[in-house]
Amino acid sequence: MAGLAASFGSGAMTNDIAGIKKADVIMIIGSDTGAAHPVIAARIKQAVREGLTKLIVIDPKRITMADYAEIYVAQRPGSDVAIFNCLMQVILQNGWEDKEFIENRLEKFDELKNEVMKEKYSPANVEKISGIPAAKLVEIAEMFAKAETAAIFYAMGITQHTTGRDNVMSTANLQMICGNLGKAGGGVNPLRGQSNVQGACDMGGLPNVFAGYQSVTDEKARQKFEQAWNCELSGKVGLTVVDMLDKAYEGSLKALYVMGENPYLSDPDQHHVIAALEKIDFLVVQDMFMTETAEFADVVLPAVAYAEKDGHFTNTERRVQRIRKALNPPGEAKEDWEIIQMIANKMGSDWSYRDARDICREVNELTPQYGGITWERVGRTGLQWPCPTDTHPGTAYLHKDRFSRGLGMLRGIEFIEPDELPDEEYPLILTTGRVLQQFHTGTMTRKTSGINRLAGPMVMISVDDAESLGIANSETIKIATRRGEITAPAFVTRKISTGVIYIPFHYKESPANRLTNPALDPVAKIPEYKVCAARITKIS
Amino acid sequence: MKFYRMTVLIGIDDQSLKAGAREIEALLNQELNRSQLTDEVNVLEAGSLGFFGTGVTLMVYPGQVTYVNVKLEDIPEIVEEHFLKGRQVSRLTMKPSLTRGYDFNYRRRIVLDNSGLINPEDIEEYIGTGGYEAWEKALLEMKPGEIVEEVKQSGLRGRGGAGFPTGLKWSFTAPLEADQKYFVINADEGEPGTFKDRLIMEGDPHKLLEGLMISCYAVGATKAYIYIRGEYSLCIERLRQAIEQAHEYGLLGKNIFDSGFNLDIEIKVGAGAYVCGEETALIESMEGKRGQPRSKPPFPGVKGAWQKPTVVNNVETIANIPAILRNGAEWFQGFGTDKCTGTKVYTILGDVMMPGLCEVDMGTTLRTIIEQYGGGVKNNRKFKAALVGGAAGVFLPNSLLDVKMDYNNLREYSAVLGSGAILVMNEDADMVDMLWSVIRFFRHESCGKCTPCAKGNELLFEIINEVRQGRGREEDLQEMVRISEAMQQTSFCALGQSLLMPIKSAVDNFRQDFLKRMK
Amino acid sequence: MKIIINGQEIEASPGETVLNAALRSGIYIPHLCYHPRTGPAAKCRACVVEVEGTPGLPTSCNLPVREGMVVSTDTEKVKNAQRVVVDLALSSGRHDCLSCEQNGNCELQDAAYYLGIERPSFHFEQERYPIDDSSEFVYVERDKCISCGRCVVGCNQNVVNEVLNFANRGFETKIVFDNDLKMGTSTCVQCGECVQLCPVGAIIDKNARGVARNWELDKVETVCPYCGVGCQLVLHVDRRKNKIIRITGVEDSPTNSGMLCVKGRYAFDFVGSSERLTTPLIKENGKFREADWEEAIALIADKFRLIRDEFGSDALAGLASAKVTNEENYVFQKFMRREVGTNNVDHCARL
Ligand SMILES: Cc1cc2nc3c(=O)[nH]c(=O)nc-3n(C[C@H](O)[C@H](O)[C@H](O)COP(=O)(O)O)c2cc1C
Ligand code: SF4
Ligand code: SF4
Ligand code: SF4
Ligand code: SF4
Ligand code: FES
Ligand code: FES
Repeated sequence: MAGLAASFGSGAMTNDIAGIKKADVIMIIGSDTGAAHPVIAARIKQAVREGLTKLIVIDPKRITMADYAEIYVAQRPGSDVAIFNCLMQVILQNGWEDKEFIENRLEKFDELKNEVMKEKYSPANVEKISGIPAAKLVEIAEMFAKAETAAIFYAMGITQHTTGRDNVMSTANLQMICGNLGKAGGGVNPLRGQSNVQGACDMGGLPNVFAGYQSVTDEKARQKFEQAWNCELSGKVGLTVVDMLDKAYEGSLKALYVMGENPYLSDPDQHHVIAALEKIDFLVVQDMFMTETAEFADVVLPAVAYAEKDGHFTNTERRVQRIRKALNPPGEAKEDWEIIQMIANKMGSDWSYRDARDICREVNELTPQYGGITWERVGRTGLQWPCPTDTHPGTAYLHKDRFSRGLGMLRGIEFIEPDELPDEEYPLILTTGRVLQQFHTGTMTRKTSGINRLAGPMVMISVDDAESLGIANSETIKIATRRGEITAPAFVTRKISTGVIYIPFHYKESPANRLTNPALDPVAKIPEYKVCAARITKIS
Repeated sequence: MKFYRMTVLIGIDDQSLKAGAREIEALLNQELNRSQLTDEVNVLEAGSLGFFGTGVTLMVYPGQVTYVNVKLEDIPEIVEEHFLKGRQVSRLTMKPSLTRGYDFNYRRRIVLDNSGLINPEDIEEYIGTGGYEAWEKALLEMKPGEIVEEVKQSGLRGRGGAGFPTGLKWSFTAPLEADQKYFVINADEGEPGTFKDRLIMEGDPHKLLEGLMISCYAVGATKAYIYIRGEYSLCIERLRQAIEQAHEYGLLGKNIFDSGFNLDIEIKVGAGAYVCGEETALIESMEGKRGQPRSKPPFPGVKGAWQKPTVVNNVETIANIPAILRNGAEWFQGFGTDKCTGTKVYTILGDVMMPGLCEVDMGTTLRTIIEQYGGGVKNNRKFKAALVGGAAGVFLPNSLLDVKMDYNNLREYSAVLGSGAILVMNEDADMVDMLWSVIRFFRHESCGKCTPCAKGNELLFEIINEVRQGRGREEDLQEMVRISEAMQQTSFCALGQSLLMPIKSAVDNFRQDFLKRMK
Repeated sequence: MKIIINGQEIEASPGETVLNAALRSGIYIPHLCYHPRTGPAAKCRACVVEVEGTPGLPTSCNLPVREGMVVSTDTEKVKNAQRVVVDLALSSGRHDCLSCEQNGNCELQDAAYYLGIERPSFHFEQERYPIDDSSEFVYVERDKCISCGRCVVGCNQNVVNEVLNFANRGFETKIVFDNDLKMGTSTCVQCGECVQLCPVGAIIDKNARGVARNWELDKVETVCPYCGVGCQLVLHVDRRKNKIIRITGVEDSPTNSGMLCVKGRYAFDFVGSSERLTTPLIKENGKFREADWEEAIALIADKFRLIRDEFGSDALAGLASAKVTNEENYVFQKFMRREVGTNNVDHCARL
């Protein structure tokens, strides 16, 4: 979440799940919450139903949350920065901003103002860019800015763009000038897609930081870890996953060690991924299953499932929760930490963890945010970081009196079109995402047959487009982009705008990521899964 | 005499006979038989129903739905749709404005003083009797607190069934601070054999409106609803007209008489189930939900419609208000007994000479009502029992004919006044059949919200069925009392608590009828 | 504040109900429709008690405590009334406890047990409802439904999927999905909230039917392996079979308050899947063969060391995981940074 880190100095969901009922207005943008985060969706629906909260939904698909929205609009995928700038223009023009907050807590307001007040972000112009009627944009701005407390929730629909970081910073800009940070019920709330993404980031599963977001380029941080680990450490920022595959393809990356991931299905431009995986000299995959990626490996190691081990996951609201062992692993499968320790020691090292608890203790020592989140204290309800000491109660929402970086930084952000736009050859916008019943690359969900009967591959297409191409519901059609083609049954619906098609990415038989554009956000290095140009054709 | 869910009057006169009234009556009975409705729907011949040029005319109660120009081929449809499924066959119903008034004899005192004398569709006639003076006096000369006090003093008690002191009820809501309060008139009148509210609304709609206006001012409600049975189309029509006229005369609307007080009255057409007459179910139904009662507390007076303080009163209760304000509490106390002041409107049905309606002082004995106003038991038969208080009432035997009827006194005999329905049975009546139909009514009307009522009524119905078919045992009688007693103790609302009284009074007072069936 | 229940003085807090105060103090009052997550419905009427100075038998689930209140839950009058109510619920429908999934975990059984009801004593003439097994994961047997309404409240007010409702009135009252559709063709999303809330065996997990008795299962609290909400789950496991039988949500979790989605509750077959990897595998001539840990680890350590020494640390890279624990991710990055010597660590979270 590089965008948020730049704005506030910290990149996690700023607020908590319980805060949902304290928001007067909630904006959902770029998140099919009902499908991808059903229980948070339930909380939001509760708040609406109980009359506590009004909901604004902005999404190219008419997602279930739209049924609960006071205002629902569909934007053209990739137009988000323009929309946010426009909302801010309307707010500033009418004096609806939180002047005190801007004065005391923020910097670079002028820079922001110079950008958003430009004529190209007027509601009339943004109507042309985004397809949202100008009057609706004004209505949204008013409802949002006039709320005592308003929250934004978003997910991959905001981040998976070449402008993902810009999008994220735009949500932060809006929330900052409305004074919606540092209080219960407000905030910028990215919904994490997987059970422990937050934990993987917190623990330093990133090329630029150690555990606790301590930068590898920061001399002091490095020294701290060198001392604790009794070794010398590199100060050079490492490769991101997409860079890794590029380097592998070029031949300079020789070995890759993959723990519980499946880049074959999850990474963009599948042809490129295959070529890269084939090129790697030595590929180790450690997983519960023979995944598509594991098929390419030189060595595959059997790992255990969540129900077979102890430890912690950190959820999207920064709550560290215990997972507990309930079953014995099958055959000789081992816990990941144990496997890693075996390799380390075989390489001549001196590791001696006896169990996950030992590791947790080390995490507490070296990760400031986790200082007080000890094995003993997590208990049944968990603790929300930051929780620096043994007596700290944890933190429900961030940035209460000051931002992690001191003042919150506003940025003027220019709207840039997506990397690939529809043209004559590929006239449609393809966007990808999830369905309720399946998860990620399907490695886990697709083992339950009932789930498969409920939700198979599909391509969502508008009634208009289907009619003009003569496509019937459930008819298997071909979807092609510059990178490849797949087939899938058509789901003809009014829930998606004309000119846009949508494919869930869970299915290896209809792999959406054979089609997607690997163009990256230049800083966040997130691929543009949410927009690329595509064409559909009948098969017969 | 039986206890019927519906009664159909077929008008017999020269004109209708020519149009085939007899053939239609025969077919009607045949169809009812075929649909196994003969126990539920009663067909009665009446003289002229007062219409001309309308061929064969049927008038269906409850609801006084009037079908005109009925042909033989319409009968199966009416039976199927209306009697079986409860949906009127609207293509045959008479336009309400054509229907003339009422068709029963009655005596008048306070609430019925104008009915039949003035033209209910003309506000001037009501004003001519002193109407709306009380409203003007209340609004311009009295404080809301004084009105509440006056009504308290008068001793007026709710006429919807429970007899709760009206002034006291208002005094819970009047002092509450709220951005909105509501007043609701309960005109659902679902009690079988009761049609007093209809006659008040049809005969003198402005009286109800005036009472309602004063009541709203007293408790601080600026929005009022009249929740009324869908079948009461003439009432609805007349009330609509009356509200319109009141607006034209500046009696309703914004800033009435320059007092700064605003008031709007809206008519809500009910959902049709008996339980929707229960005040909290009525509120749920008004909000567009399933008509089922709510938990109390909070009472509607504190948290009612849309969570706002809401007073619910019966039509007859509120029709007393203008007279109380005009003549004073003391005047009102001159009617009735010490503890129960005023008059009560009774509907008398069954084996009497003159079925109908009367308004008499509280405390009048059952004997007086039956003999003087009902004309005594029909065809020189002997009196056997009267079901007093509606379906949830008590079977009173001969020995209690001289009990003074009011809310307090009847309680001494474990009986209730209820809505004031009196059903008279002569010596031929069979109490097993009577009780069977009462139980069937409750079984049919249970809303299903709570266990004792939903399941208990079914169980009692199955037991009485066995008894009725000669398969019962004496222990069954005790068992029915035991079950209905538990239902009375545990049911969510009064509907489920109701059967104890009819069962106990039937079993205790007319045990022989039951034993006869057991042989 | 203090109240007295059955002569015992009990500390209660304002706003609390009599039922709550009693249950907290180990005094059982039969209750079928109350659940902490659906609130007092006052529908089942099994929880009636006697209160000094109050006429009738008020229901304790919606009766707020008052200072000095004197409550009796076990007088003959109370128990007789409760007995009729519970007997009515038990006698209507068809309660075949022997083969019922909820046997031993059934709140109707608990109530009957407490009141000494040995068998249903009332006879009802009634037709059986057809079983609805049209849904993938949920099995509906309306003959066991006691119309407590917990599922309806759960579906409409907790998960807000607005599928379940009551239809008909009186004795014919029944739960319906949408406008009385089969569950499998309704708009139900199979979150299982209704299953979790049902006090009896009327709505149950379809795939767990007849698999294990509730009391044979160990309950282990953990966290859902799917999305980032991090719902807390209870795994109901059969230790002997080493198998998850069913999953429920942790009722008092601040994250999910007992709610789950179809994945968290039902998509757990992967854990016991026969496709699980059970031994290390080494690829030889394009084919995998089984290997022991010793061999596999030695091979990896050798290769990593060799590549590091020949091409430098940055010729190696590692992908951590958004699906494994904090401890494992921590150790993974430590391994890459300390043993391999590179910051080439990332995970697929951006994706
Ligand atoms: C099952 C049931 C049905 C009722 N039906 C009616 C009705 O049709 N009309 C009515 O005025 N009150 C009816 N009531 C009584 C109302 O709940 C309420 O007590 C009454 O409207 C209050 O008005 P009052 O105080 O003026 O009598 C009914 C009560 C129950 C329990
Ligand atoms: S629901 Fe309860 S009472 Fe009914 S059969 Fe099952 S275990 Fe028995
Ligand atoms: S499974 Fe969920 S959505 Fe379906 S009926 Fe039950 S509570 Fe409602
Ligand atoms: S299905 Fe279960 S939860 Fe739903 S009403 Fe019936 S008994 Fe209650
Ligand atoms: S149960 Fe569903 S909503 Fe909850 S964490 Fe799992 S996948 Fe997410
Ligand atoms: S079912 Fe309606 S009061 Fe019990
Ligand atoms: S628990 Fe109190 S009525 Fe059901």
